[in-house]
Amino acid sequence: MSQRRSFSAMNYALIGLALVGLLLIWLTLLGVFGRQHVSAQTFVDFQQGDEPHLGFRRAHAKGVCVAGEFVSSGALADYSTAELLQQGVTPMLGRFSIGGGNPTAPDLTSPVRSFAFSLDAGANQQWRSAMNTPPVMAVATPDAFFAQLNALAPNPHTGERDGEKIAAFFAAHPETQAFRQWSASYQPSASFAQENFHSINAFYLVNADGKQQAVRWHLKANTEAMPGIEQPSSVADNPYAQSEQANDALGLEIADRIRERPVVFDLVFTFADPSDDASDPTVAWPSSRRHVIAGQIVIERVVDSPSVCDAVNFDPLILPTGMRPSEDAILRARSAAYAESYRRRAREQIFHHSDTTP
Amino acid sequence: MSHTELDRNSPTQYPLSMRLMHWGMAALIIALLIVGLSMVASLQTWQPTLLTWHKAFGVLAAILVIARLINRVRHQQPQLPSSLPKWQQLAARGSHVLLYTLMILMPVSGYLMQSAAGRSVYLFADIWLPPALAPNLTLYAVFRELHAYSALVLVGVISVHALAALHHGFVRRDGVLKSMLFK
Ligand code: HEM
Ligand code: HEM
Repeated sequence: MSQRRSFSAMNYALIGLALVGLLLIWLTLLGVFGRQHVSAQTFVDFQQGDEPHLGFRRAHAKGVCVAGEFVSSGALADYSTAELLQQGVTPMLGRFSIGGGNPTAPDLTSPVRSFAFSLDAGANQQWRSAMNTPPVMAVATPDAFFAQLNALAPNPHTGERDGEKIAAFFAAHPETQAFRQWSASYQPSASFAQENFHSINAFYLVNADGKQQAVRWHLKANTEAMPGIEQPSSVADNPYAQSEQANDALGLEIADRIRERPVVFDLVFTFADPSDDASDPTVAWPSSRRHVIAGQIVIERVVDSPSVCDAVNFDPLILPTGMRPSEDAILRARSAAYAESYRRRAREQIFHHSDTTP
Repeated sequence: MSHTELDRNSPTQYPLSMRLMHWGMAALIIALLIVGLSMVASLQTWQPTLLTWHKAFGVLAAILVIARLINRVRHQQPQLPSSLPKWQQLAARGSHVLLYTLMILMPVSGYLMQSAAGRSVYLFADIWLPPALAPNLTLYAVFRELHAYSALVLVGVISVHALAALHHGFVRRDGVLKSMLFK
C-alpha cells in the first residue's frame, strides 16, 4: 500500500486547512489586508508626528494625576446592574489633561480640555472613561476623523494651518455642523473645575431584565460643594495666567484648588429617546432629554507620582457588567489607538530614556 | 501500515487522544494568531468582540496545553525513523520543545500583560479572571512585547514544522506525517 494512496480525503482536508490558516497568518503579517483603511498604527503615527515625545501619551500628553472617589447615589440602579452604579462609594483614579501630544505645551490656550477616570470595584466592575469638553465629535467614522486631523494639522514647515484645506474638509463633511456650532460658542474658563467633560460617544445601560437604555454622560461642577463655581470666567482670570508659570496655568490652578478643598463634579447621564441614534457621535441630543445624576466624582488629592496615571490606559471600552458600548465606530478606533499609544510609551520606558516629566 | 520506516518496537501512530489534541490546538492557535494580528491594527467595529474571544480562548489554550503535556507523558510516542539524519532528529525534538514553550509563553504573557494594565479578563458566563498584578507600566511593556515577539517566533516555528511534516509525508513518505493523521 503506497503512502500516497493511504491519505484519505479527510486527511487532505486537515492538512489543507492548516496550510490555509498559515497562509492567512503570513498575509496578515505582510499587511495584505485592510491597506485601504486607516489602522491604529496610522492614527498613532500621525498623532506623534516626526519627533515623538518618548514615554508620553501620543494624545493628551500633558496632564495632572488625581485621586478621590465616586459617590454613587444609586439613581441608575433600575437601569443598570453595575455594582458601581448602586448606592455606594468606589475609589477613583483620575487625570485632567489637554489635547495634543506635546507634554510641555501651554495648557491655558489648548482647544481641548479633558478628564479621564478609572474605577475599580472588582473583576467585572471596572469602568474607565476619557472625556472631552465638546459634547459631540465633528465626524462619525475613523476615516473621516483621520481626514479631519490631516486637514487641521499645521504645515510642518510654516507652522500655519491651511485655511483652504480646512474649509474644503468642512464643506465635504456636513455632519460637522453641531461641532462647529459648539466651537463657535465655547468660551474656555479659568479652571478645569469649571468645564463640562463629555463622554461624547454613547453607551447602553443594561438592567436586570436585560433592558437597554442608550446614554451619554458628562461631568458638571457641583455648585453645593464649590459655591460660586458657576460664575463665568475666562482664561485671563486664571491666577497663573500672567505669571512666569503661565505655561502650566491650568494644571497649577487645579492642583491648588484640590489641595484647598475637594473638587466635586456631578456625573450626569442623558437618556436617549428611541429617535436618537446612539451610534452617531456628531449629533447632540436635545436638551429636553431626561437627565439623571448618577452621583458625584469627588477629587480629593493630587497624585504627585506621574507613574500612577501613566500605568493606566483610559480605554473607553473598559465597562462594568451592566454597561455596554454602542455601535459607534469611533469607540473602537479610540480603544485600538489608545492601546497602540500605550504599547509605545510603555516600551519607551525601558528602551529609551524618556523626556522630562512635566 | 505495512510499508513504514518507523521503529517496529514503538507505535506507528500517536494515540487518538494526542492526535485530537494536536489538531484541535493547531486550529485554536492558528485562529488566535490570525485574530491577534488583525485586532491590534484593524478599526472594524466587530474587533472588540474578537478581542474578548481572543482572551477567553487564549486562556482555554493555556488549560489545553497543560492537559496535553500531562496526556503526553502518559503515552508512548512513535519514534522517528532511524534513517533520518541525526541533525534532523535533533531539529525535530528541539522544535517540539520550542512549540510547547511558546504555547505556554503566549497565554501567560497575554494574561500578565492584561494584569499589568490593571485589567481583568472575561472568560464566559459570569466568570472573570482578576488581574494578578497592580498596574505597572514597565511590566506591561515586558509582557506586551513578549506577547508580540513570541507570536512572531511561533509563526516561524509552526511554518517550519508544517513544511517538515509535508516533507515527511510527500517526499520521504516515511510514515511520520501519517502517525499524526486519521483513517
Ligand atoms: C478616533 C478618535 C480618537 C483617537 C484616534 C484618539 C486618540 C487618543 C490617544 C492615542 C490617546 C493616548 C492614550 C494613551 O496613551 O493612554 C488619547 C487619550 C485621550 N483621549 Fe482620545 N482619541 C480619539 C477620540 C477621543 C474622544 C472622542 C474623546 C472624548 C470623549 C477623547 C478623549 C481622550 C482623553 C481624555 C484622553 C487622555 C486620557 C488620559 O488622561 O490618559 N478622545 N486619545
Ligand atoms: C496561545 C495563546 C495566544 C496566542 C497565540 C496569542 C496571539 C496574539 C497575537 C499574535 C497578538 C498580536 C500581537 C501583535 O502583533 O502586537 C495578540 C495580541 C493580544 N493578545 Fe494574545 N494570544 C494568546 C493568548 C492570549 C491571552 C490568554 C490573552 C489575555 C488573557 C491575550 C491577550 C492579548 C491582547 C490584549 C492583545 C492585544 C494587545 C493590544 O491591543 O495592545 N492573548 N495575541
